[in-house]
Amino acid sequence: MNQTVWKKRYSFYLSLLVLLVALGLLFWLEVNKSNYGMAVSVIQKSLVFSVVAVSMNLLNGFTGMFSLGQAGFMAIGAYTTAILTIPLSRVDGVYYMKGVAPWLKGVKTTLSVLPEPLLIVFALLIGGMIAGIFAFFIGIPVLRLKSDYLAIATLGFSEIVRAVISSPQLDRVTNGSYGLKNIPGFGVTQAGGVLPVGAGSLLIPFFFALTTIAFIVLVINSSYGRAFKAIREDEVAAEAMGINLLKHKQLAFVISSVITAMAGGMLAMYMRSIEARAFSVTLTYDILLIVVIGGLGSVSGSVLGAFVVTFAKDWFLRFFDSPLVIGGFQVPFLRMGFRMVVFSILLMIVVLFYRRGLMGSSEFSWKGIFRWIRRKKEGVETTKGEMIDYPDPPPAKPAPLIPDPPGAPQEGGRDER
Amino acid sequence: MSFVTFIQHCLTGVSLGGAYALIAIGYSMVYGILLLINFAHADIFMMAGYFMIFSVSSFPWQISIPIVILGTVVLGVLIEKAAYMPLRSAPRMSIMISAIGVSYLLQNLATYLFSALPQAYPAIPPLKRQIRIGEVSASLVTFLTPVLTIILVFLLIFLLRKTKIGMAMRAVSKDYDTSKLMGIKINSIISLTFVIGSALAAVGSILYFTDRMSVTPFSGVLPGLKCFVAAVLGGIGSVPGAVIGGFLIGLSETFLVALGYSTFSDAFTFLLLILILLFRPTGLMGEDLQDKV
Amino acid sequence: MQFGGVVALNNLTMRIDPGEIVALIGPNGAGKTTAFNAITGVYPPTNGFVELEGKIIQQGFPKGKMKRLYAGENAGKYTKSLSLTPDRITKKGVARTFQNIRLFKNLTVFENVLIAHHTNMKAGVFQAAFGMNRKEEEDMRKRSWELLEMVDLSDVGLEKADNLPYGKQRHLEIARALATKPRLLLLDEPAAGMNPQETQEMGDFIRDIRERFSLTILIIEHHMNLVMDISDRIYVLDFGRQIAEGTPAEIQKNPEVIAAYLGVEQ
Repeated sequence: MNQTVWKKRYSFYLSLLVLLVALGLLFWLEVNKSNYGMAVSVIQKSLVFSVVAVSMNLLNGFTGMFSLGQAGFMAIGAYTTAILTIPLSRVDGVYYMKGVAPWLKGVKTTLSVLPEPLLIVFALLIGGMIAGIFAFFIGIPVLRLKSDYLAIATLGFSEIVRAVISSPQLDRVTNGSYGLKNIPGFGVTQAGGVLPVGAGSLLIPFFFALTTIAFIVLVINSSYGRAFKAIREDEVAAEAMGINLLKHKQLAFVISSVITAMAGGMLAMYMRSIEARAFSVTLTYDILLIVVIGGLGSVSGSVLGAFVVTFAKDWFLRFFDSPLVIGGFQVPFLRMGFRMVVFSILLMIVVLFYRRGLMGSSEFSWKGIFRWIRRKKEGVETTKGEMIDYPDPPPAKPAPLIPDPPGAPQEGGRDER
Repeated sequence: MSFVTFIQHCLTGVSLGGAYALIAIGYSMVYGILLLINFAHADIFMMAGYFMIFSVSSFPWQISIPIVILGTVVLGVLIEKAAYMPLRSAPRMSIMISAIGVSYLLQNLATYLFSALPQAYPAIPPLKRQIRIGEVSASLVTFLTPVLTIILVFLLIFLLRKTKIGMAMRAVSKDYDTSKLMGIKINSIISLTFVIGSALAAVGSILYFTDRMSVTPFSGVLPGLKCFVAAVLGGIGSVPGAVIGGFLIGLSETFLVALGYSTFSDAFTFLLLILILLFRPTGLMGEDLQDKV
Repeated sequence: MQFGGVVALNNLTMRIDPGEIVALIGPNGAGKTTAFNAITGVYPPTNGFVELEGKIIQQGFPKGKMKRLYAGENAGKYTKSLSLTPDRITKKGVARTFQNIRLFKNLTVFENVLIAHHTNMKAGVFQAAFGMNRKEEEDMRKRSWELLEMVDLSDVGLEKADNLPYGKQRHLEIARALATKPRLLLLDEPAAGMNPQETQEMGDFIRDIRERFSLTILIIEHHMNLVMDISDRIYVLDFGRQIAEGTPAEIQKNPEVIAAYLGVEQ
């Protein structure tokens, strides 16, 4: 029997090929932008959400920390980027109610010497840095909490961020609840005639997504990534093997929040105008559902999930929202809002019946596909690792339903179940 | 602030606190038994608001109130059976994700069915009647709420302490696995928990929305988060704790708004949450824990 | 070591010399695993201290009113308490296995051992991510495979740890603990659930690793044959109190031990 062996270079060349094809496709779409506006927009959004999904997966799927603070970090990144990149000429128009704070205007004037692309990158990085600093300090107390409590603490943090951003006190910086507009988009605006206006609107977010996700993958594949997985599997054992829990959880938390914030900045550029209301808990839920659909613990799953969900929500399912008449007969149910109901139901089906999502916790691999094809062809039994289920974090012990009278034996309680 | 105004605010605060308490109990009980943060509880509360709007258009309010309570209970139990029961043996995060999914579904369903625009909440004549005690005046419902809350809580505690079913509930909450082995019908107990929680949420919604003008699909979000904080504050899993937490949150929110810090009143609640989690995560009524390895 | 009103360990004093194999035995619930937990920093002792090679690694003393009642001979030592987290204690050279096996279930056998090398790795997160610590990685991987060879698990290296049979899981836990380069190894019931032949092999294995890695070993066990066979000295606990100490021969003849634990002559 002659069995072909899968060499590592096959995977490398195949990936390279796919990358080139993708780049070519994006380039072609860019050039033909006007005809495919919808596709461009959906792809942009998918790219941004795939970054957020991967960074949320790093925290929730790989390190096992149930954090619901993503929206807050995205808000930090979005607002920082917006504040720094709104063109100086438009600033007064944006802050029409109370006027922009003088020191901010001064900062922007200083920064305006930078060409726009550089300014944008700078703004994204600053946003990430600020988020990272917050994450670091918040992490110190909060990361010691048991998993359930971590979820609500991060949720609370996210809401506090939102409240602070929209508070009247910060009106002159964040424009309070009025929102910010005139945020530059992805395409270049001033290119000195070399490139057409709007060039790069797909390639730039693609490049951003590629670099940030690649960084996260590198971390996951390093020894630190393994340490994260150990923490997810069994905290007590990980600690006994010399892994400092606080330090590593902080590491995961900070990395995740920095990248989430940068993606928030990208989201601001996608939406062109933002308001604090958009960064509510619902946004975090959206991302969580993407991660679950893609598969907790799978980077390729998160990317896939982001694309599938965004395409479905913003494209395929659109037809559910408009009334449809077939042969003089009005199809029931179809009207505004039905799309989201369908989406929610599909989500529940995934959560209930396909808990592991599209990819489970395996990654996409050429080798895997090769083996699968071969198995189908020859009926060869290969030992494939099982789909991994998400392990149980230790439960937080709840208070008694009603307190026992003093003197009652304190016993039992729930062991890990 | 004059004394009268102070009393007025106390009254409002206690009334709001009562509604919060009733909702917070739902969170606490479900967590105590299933170790689940029922994110959908807030949206059940919201749906109860809509149930009232639609029921009142067909029936007089005297009949509507029981209909609403019944409808909410049915909804709560349905959710438990469809979305939580199948996942009982799954890792705990799955069931929390399911709760989030249900919350999402309810909000989208409400938007689809009733549109995102605010719908006017019906005025129930006797409840809206203005009562005046000395210098302080408010609608009857404001006076009624804390009283009703206390009564219901006493009934609940009586149920838990003195009845066999109550004992069963406490047993399940203390040690799930052993309770199963002892022959306690787990499914019935869990359903009962949701029945009680949903019924109280329905009552809470009537008391809450009567003084507000309208309901939107997202009316439950902020109160839900606050009531959850209230439950944690009191010690999640504990009924008296949830009640104390509810009143505390209601009072602090009212006074913050009165003192002019309304934008921060929500942020304050979450700050309170974080402080509690840091310094006494088991809440006011909780016990100190130590794990055995 | 006191938990609320329960005194789990009451005046346990142990001394272990380098290179020894010391056993801690006693009926169930006597407090043996609690002792392990106190030593490795899972909980700091309520009253007492742990010293490793001359340096204190854990220290706890009663405060306030409790001082007078419980301080006993430590009465003079009211300086600070010291409570190192388990990972710091592991870094100082103390490793352990668990009574109820705590492997990283969903990770592969190989990864379980590889992860235990992380604590001694010098590279920071950026260096590791960008591959600048290639030599370190290679060394860690090589050493992991060697450890797996030693416990006869190299052929199942890529299997999910959870899929291993029970006996092999225990071996894996030991290999994993060894990967942290300990000087003191705490084994919590390594032979639990094994048949006599496996137990015998485990005994040989323990002696073998003591030689090979210059270890000092503290072992909790219920298999008396194993205990008597490999231990240099034995401590006996009953209800948290230390009731005997000595060589295997002495312990076997000790009437209190026989009464509390060994029961009818084997």
